[in-house]
Amino acid sequence: MVRTRRRIPALVLLLSCAAWLPHCKPKATPNQGEKLRDLDDRLTISALRSYADIAFAAYDDSVRGVQALGVAIEALLAAPSPQTLARAQQAWLAARIPYVQTEVFRFYDGPIDAVELQINTWPIDESFVEAADGERQLGIVQDTERFPVLSAGLLAELNGKDGETSISTGYHVLEFLLWGRDTNEAGPGERSYHDFVTQGKTRAAALAERRGSYLRIACQLLEQHLVQVREAWSAGEAPSYREHFLAPPPERGLYLALRGMAKLSGPELAGERLTVPYETKSQENEHSCFSDNTHADVVGDALGVENVCLGRYTRTDGTRISGPGICAAVAHALPLLGRALTRQISDSVSAARSIPAPFDRAIVGDDKAAGRAAIKRTIVSLREQAVLTERALNSLALEEPVRVSVAR
Amino acid sequence: MRLAVFRMLAASAGLLSCCDGSPSRFEPPSPVQTDLSVADATRDAFSLPLPNLNDAHRSAFFVGNSLFNQNWLTAPASVADRDGLGPLFNARSCSSCHFKDGRGKPPEPGEPTRGFLLRISVAEGVDGAPLPDGTYGDQLQTNALLGLPAEVKVQIQYTEQAGQFHDGEPYTLRTPHYLLNEPGYGPLPSDLKLSARVAPAVFGMGLLEAVPEQTLVALADPDDRDGDGISGKLNRVPNGVGRFGWKAEQPNVRSQVAAAFVGDMGITSALFAHENHTALQGACAEQASGGEPELSDAALTTVESYVRTLAAPGARKEDGQGRALFAGAGCPACHVPALRTGAVADLPELSRQSFAPYTDLLLHDLGEGLSDGRPSYRASGSEWRTAPLWGLGLIELVNGHGLLLHDGRARGVAEAILWHGGEAQAAQQAFVNMSAAERTALVSFVESL
Repeated sequence: MVRTRRRIPALVLLLSCAAWLPHCKPKATPNQGEKLRDLDDRLTISALRSYADIAFAAYDDSVRGVQALGVAIEALLAAPSPQTLARAQQAWLAARIPYVQTEVFRFYDGPIDAVELQINTWPIDESFVEAADGERQLGIVQDTERFPVLSAGLLAELNGKDGETSISTGYHVLEFLLWGRDTNEAGPGERSYHDFVTQGKTRAAALAERRGSYLRIACQLLEQHLVQVREAWSAGEAPSYREHFLAPPPERGLYLALRGMAKLSGPELAGERLTVPYETKSQENEHSCFSDNTHADVVGDALGVENVCLGRYTRTDGTRISGPGICAAVAHALPLLGRALTRQISDSVSAARSIPAPFDRAIVGDDKAAGRAAIKRTIVSLREQAVLTERALNSLALEEPVRVSVAR
Repeated sequence: MRLAVFRMLAASAGLLSCCDGSPSRFEPPSPVQTDLSVADATRDAFSLPLPNLNDAHRSAFFVGNSLFNQNWLTAPASVADRDGLGPLFNARSCSSCHFKDGRGKPPEPGEPTRGFLLRISVAEGVDGAPLPDGTYGDQLQTNALLGLPAEVKVQIQYTEQAGQFHDGEPYTLRTPHYLLNEPGYGPLPSDLKLSARVAPAVFGMGLLEAVPEQTLVALADPDDRDGDGISGKLNRVPNGVGRFGWKAEQPNVRSQVAAAFVGDMGITSALFAHENHTALQGACAEQASGGEPELSDAALTTVESYVRTLAAPGARKEDGQGRALFAGAGCPACHVPALRTGAVADLPELSRQSFAPYTDLLLHDLGEGLSDGRPSYRASGSEWRTAPLWGLGLIELVNGHGLLLHDGRARGVAEAILWHGGEAQAAQQAFVNMSAAERTALVSFVESL
């Protein structure tokens, strides 16, 4: 049930962030006392269209990225060599660039949320996929007794069944299969192409066969799941989620968009992905720990928020999409807050870009170390961004006006 | 606190909006207004931090979440602070059973057991403490490290019984029977007492823990002096009054968490320093330890703090008729809608908060139909702690099932109500006597909490 906008929200706004309230920092009150103007429905609808166009384009790029990865994996499996392995790794890194920019479309039970657990769950317990030598357990790769045949159905079924880190599908499983454990201080995991060489009758060759088969199936599965999400955002004839998303009233779509932005910025990025490794100084808790690509993930996620804020996205092939952004729709009703939000989102992207690679070295040291300072700055900016987004939600009284607390 | 202010303001805005002729956009306050519940009816509904946490506590929440989710490894492992699993265990991680901080269920045929376990005992010990079996201990672990036998394989069979509502509409209830196959450490005694338990959702436990003991004492009426047919008694367990677990067997969150670590994952802590196997399970004793204890005090505190600061989901839409029927049937006598916390020194965010768990945390006799025949401290076989009702309607979304009661036998709210007997017999009968529309309204209300 969508509630219509209030006529007299100024009172709410005036007091909505009194300085004595928890988490409301006195400095961060750009909308304090700001008089709310009505949303401009046409502008909001245009902003939602840009949002949906970006979603489709970014998922389409993600699908293409994973298709290219599939081609590179086939080349690796056909002729394992340092070169074919490196090309597959490069393809994985390239595939991540559009995908992380789609994460802003999560967190409101949209198309991605139905399959996200299969696509990008982390951290993963890599021993669930393949135990290390000497470990007294068997991973899926090794356990031919319980899993005589690897199949897409089996991997999808096992995913998450035994806990939130017992993950058998998605980007980070592919990442582990391509890089192996990261025990290398200076760089990423150092898996050898020999791990995919299947010649001979040795146990190593048999394992390589299973590993290769796993890699191929997991990549195909990832492509299928991404296609499913992309189709939901397509503007074709068939009824799609896109239509549902764009259906009036526009406040509802705006609510969903802001909600995704707030939850990605606050609990997900600032919280789980940055605060946990920052506090624990443990690479076990970094997002792309096998490939050492975490720094790029953080930038891409922050950029994804900026994309929908500004209504623009640069596709993998360089073409650009642009239109009115979500922040413009907010700024029409709340100019000060809208501008503050836009600025904060831009600050977060800059802060994220300042985190040095590799991330697992950036988290260690004392708090004055350049890496830790940059991570801390990013956390603070993202939290502020989440709080401002939540304030926009509550100030605009979208959906459940007094109950939304998503940015924490 | 902040949300309360929003509500105050919203209420005043609602009042004012009457003057421009539009209907009020704000519902009147429902009977229970809670400050710290969170509205996020998505798969993350049970996984959100309290909205008022300070920065340090919020950071700790996320660190705790990562420990709650992570898999534990066989010792020795390259990551020393994550090893010590087993040798006997039900699960490798907290999140295995409490997936997305939610609720487990009994396994389907052929499915491995996750979020479900069997407590066992052979007799009653001192102060009603369940006396463990000499070989198998007090809980059956259905997994073991590579090369060791698991304690048992559990097979569940159900028998269906037909019944009907007053208006003639039929229903069936299913009673579980447990077959313990392939015992790994010798035969199980024939007089073994068994109690099946599903993993409960873990949100809101900090609030429940912070309810002053006097409140519970005041709610208790063990001898039914007020003659309303409802007693309610405290479970007295080592180290205090029991609050957590299906029979209120653990006095606080720390102890509940540590008990689950050792009982369910075989991970020792300062609170529970002994592994979950016995001297008669010799092969287990030969396994490497993950340290003494395996879970450091700091890590235990991290998980404890996480569980204490998980917010409860807010009630969704109100249904006036369902609420009235709930009250009329006498359900609130045990499923107490509102509780209030006292002062919490180390987590002031939990201090003096009203919240709506729909429980009194007390033991009540629910009749022979639900009895497990396994007394635990002051709880007889048929006595169970009033289960909180908050979030029940979101389990389907978060955990993909709607199975309720301690052993997951009830397929939804209506069956769960129908299973109530003993002190709740009159309330159950009131439900049976309702019209189909009234039953639907009541169930919808419970699912909205």
